Amino acid sequence: MRKYIVRRLVQMIIGLFLVASVTFLMFRLLPGDPTASLLDPAFTVEIRETIIERFGLNEPLHIQYINYLQNLVQGDFGRSFYYRRPSVEVLGDKIWNTLILMLSSMIIAYSIGVIGGMILSWKRGSKIEWGGITLGLFLRSAPMFWTGMLLIMLFAFNLGWLPHSGMRTPGYEAATTFAKFFSVDFLRHLLLPMITASLYFLGTPLLIMRNTMLETHGEDYIELSRAKGLSEWRIMILHAGRNALLPVITAGALFLGQALGGQVVVEYVFGWPGLGREIVLSAQRHDYPVAQTAFLFLAFMVMLMNLVADLFYSYLDPRVKLK
Amino acid sequence: MAVTTMPQTKSKSGFRRSLLEPFLDFVRRDRLALIGILIIVSFILIAVFAPFLAPHDPRDMLRREDGTLARLDPPSLRHPFGTTNLGRDVFSQVLIGTRAALLVGFLAAFFVTLIGTNIGIIAGYYGGWVDSLLMRLVDILYAIPLIPFVIIMMALVEPSIWNVIWGISLLTWRTVARIIRSQVLSVSQRPYVKAARMAGCSNFRIMYYHIAPNILPLALLEMAFAVGWAITAEASVSFVGFGDPTVISWGQILHMVFLTGAIRTAWWWVVPPGLAIALLLIGVFFTARSLEEVVNPRLRRR
Repeated sequence: MRKYIVRRLVQMIIGLFLVASVTFLMFRLLPGDPTASLLDPAFTVEIRETIIERFGLNEPLHIQYINYLQNLVQGDFGRSFYYRRPSVEVLGDKIWNTLILMLSSMIIAYSIGVIGGMILSWKRGSKIEWGGITLGLFLRSAPMFWTGMLLIMLFAFNLGWLPHSGMRTPGYEAATTFAKFFSVDFLRHLLLPMITASLYFLGTPLLIMRNTMLETHGEDYIELSRAKGLSEWRIMILHAGRNALLPVITAGALFLGQALGGQVVVEYVFGWPGLGREIVLSAQRHDYPVAQTAFLFLAFMVMLMNLVADLFYSYLDPRVKLK
Repeated sequence: MAVTTMPQTKSKSGFRRSLLEPFLDFVRRDRLALIGILIIVSFILIAVFAPFLAPHDPRDMLRREDGTLARLDPPSLRHPFGTTNLGRDVFSQVLIGTRAALLVGFLAAFFVTLIGTNIGIIAGYYGGWVDSLLMRLVDILYAIPLIPFVIIMMALVEPSIWNVIWGISLLTWRTVARIIRSQVLSVSQRPYVKAARMAGCSNFRIMYYHIAPNILPLALLEMAFAVGWAITAEASVSFVGFGDPTVISWGQILHMVFLTGAIRTAWWWVVPPGLAIALLLIGVFFTARSLEEVVNPRLRRR
C-alpha cells in the first residue's frame, strides 16, 4: 500500500512536470507575441526592454525553459501584472473557494443521484423510470451558465430572496475563520451557485446508478434476500445498492476533473471568486502569469483527486488490490 | 424480434447490412432514440435553411413603427423572441446560431473520434511500450481541464471558430482512446484475429479490416458523447467572451445578455438560446443512450 502511494506520487510529479512543459509551450509557442506572457502591454519601450533583459526573454527557448522550471521548483510562479503581487498569493484563497463550491455540489448531486438511480432501476419499465431518465438527460444537457442565469433571474432579481453575485456582502467582516465559511451570509451566497452546479452534476450519478443497479437484479443474492422475506426497500438499499455503488464512485472520481473545468462558467456567472473565474479574468486582462499559475493549480488538483479516488476505491472494494 | 430476416447472399453489402441492422432495429423499437434523431434532423434543417427562415438579418438594428430603435422589445408577432438592447431580433440570432453549434459539434466530434480511435487501436493492438507510452500521454491529458484549456488557448491565439474546434479536438480524444483501447485488448484475443495473424495478414490489415469493424459501434457511441461535450464547450467558451467575434453562436448571444446586464429584465433574450442548446444536446443524448444499449446489451429491456 505504502509502495503504491509512493509510486503514484512519483508518477504525479512526472505528470506535473509534463503538464508544466505543455503550459510553457502553450504560452510561448502559440502564434502571437512570445513575450506576452511576461510583458504588460501598458509598459513603455524602455521598461519593456529592461524586463526582456531581466527575464531572459532574449535567450534561446531551451534556456528560457530551464529558467522557467527552476522558478517553478522554487515556488516562483511569476508576478501578476494586474494585482502587482506574486500570482501564488493572488490565487491562494481562491483554491479554497473553488473547492468549497465544487465539493458541496458534488456531495449533494451524488447523494440525490445515487438514491434516485436506485429508485429508477426498481421502478423499471414504469412512467417514473422514463421520466427520471428524461430528467437526468435534460439536466446534463442544460448548460450550467444558462441554468445559473435562470436561477439568478428568478431568485435574485424577481423574488429578491438571494444575492446574485459574489461570496460575501461587501463590507462584511468575519470575526473568525470559522465564521468566514459558516455564516448565514456566506451560505446565502453559496446557495444559488451550489444548486446550479449540483443540478448539472446530478444527471451522471443518476443514470450510472440506474444502469449498474439493473445488473444486480438477476443476481443470486438478490433472489436469496427475497426468499428470506426481506422488504423490497431493504433489498434495494442494503443489498443491491451497496454493490452497485462502486462504478458510480469510479465515474464520480473521473467526473471530478471535468467538474473542476466546467465550474469555470458557474464561478463566472455568480462572480464567485474562485480559480475558474480568475482564469477568465486574467485571460481577459492578458495577465498571463496568473492564467498560467491557475491552470497549473487546476491540473494539480485534478491529479490529486484522481489519486485520492483510487485509494478510496480500494478501501471500498477490498478485492481491488493496488499494485 | 419484430424484424423478419430476409434471405441474403453473403456479399459485401450483406456484411454492411448486418453491421447496421442492430441500429435500425433499435430506432424502430426505441421511442427515445426516434425523438432524439428527429430533434437532430430538425436542427440540421434549421441550420441549412437558417437564412431563409430568419425573419430579419440577425445583425440589423431594427426600428419600431414610430422610428425609434427597437431596444429590448418583449416578444411579439414581429419579433417572436423579442429584441436585444441594440434592437436585434433574438429569434433570427438563435436560428443562425444553430450553424455554429452544429459545425463545432460534428466537426470536433469527428476529429476527436478519428484521433482517439486510431490511437486506441494502435495502443491496444501493439501493446508493450507503444501502449505504455500512449496511455501515459492519455493520463497526462486527463489532468488538463477542457474549458480552461480552450479559454487560455483562445486568449493566446486569434479567437476563431476553427481554433475552438482544434482546441476541443486536441484534448478530448483522450477518453475515446482509453475506451477503444480496452475494447481492442479484448477483441485482439479472439480466435479470428489469431487466425488472421497465422494466415500472414499485415498488422495494418488486421487492425483496420478485422478489428476496426468490431469497435465501430463503440466508436460511434463515443462520437455521440463527443458531440455533446464539444457543443457545451463551445457554448461555455463563447459565453465567457472568448468565442469567434464574427460568428453568431448561442453561447455568444448569452454572453451579450450577461455583459449588458439585460438579464435583470429581458427573459426573452436569456431563455431561447439556452433552451436551444439543451434541446439539441437532449437529442444527441437520447440517440447516444440507445446506441449505448446496442453496445452494452446488458442494459436492454429484459
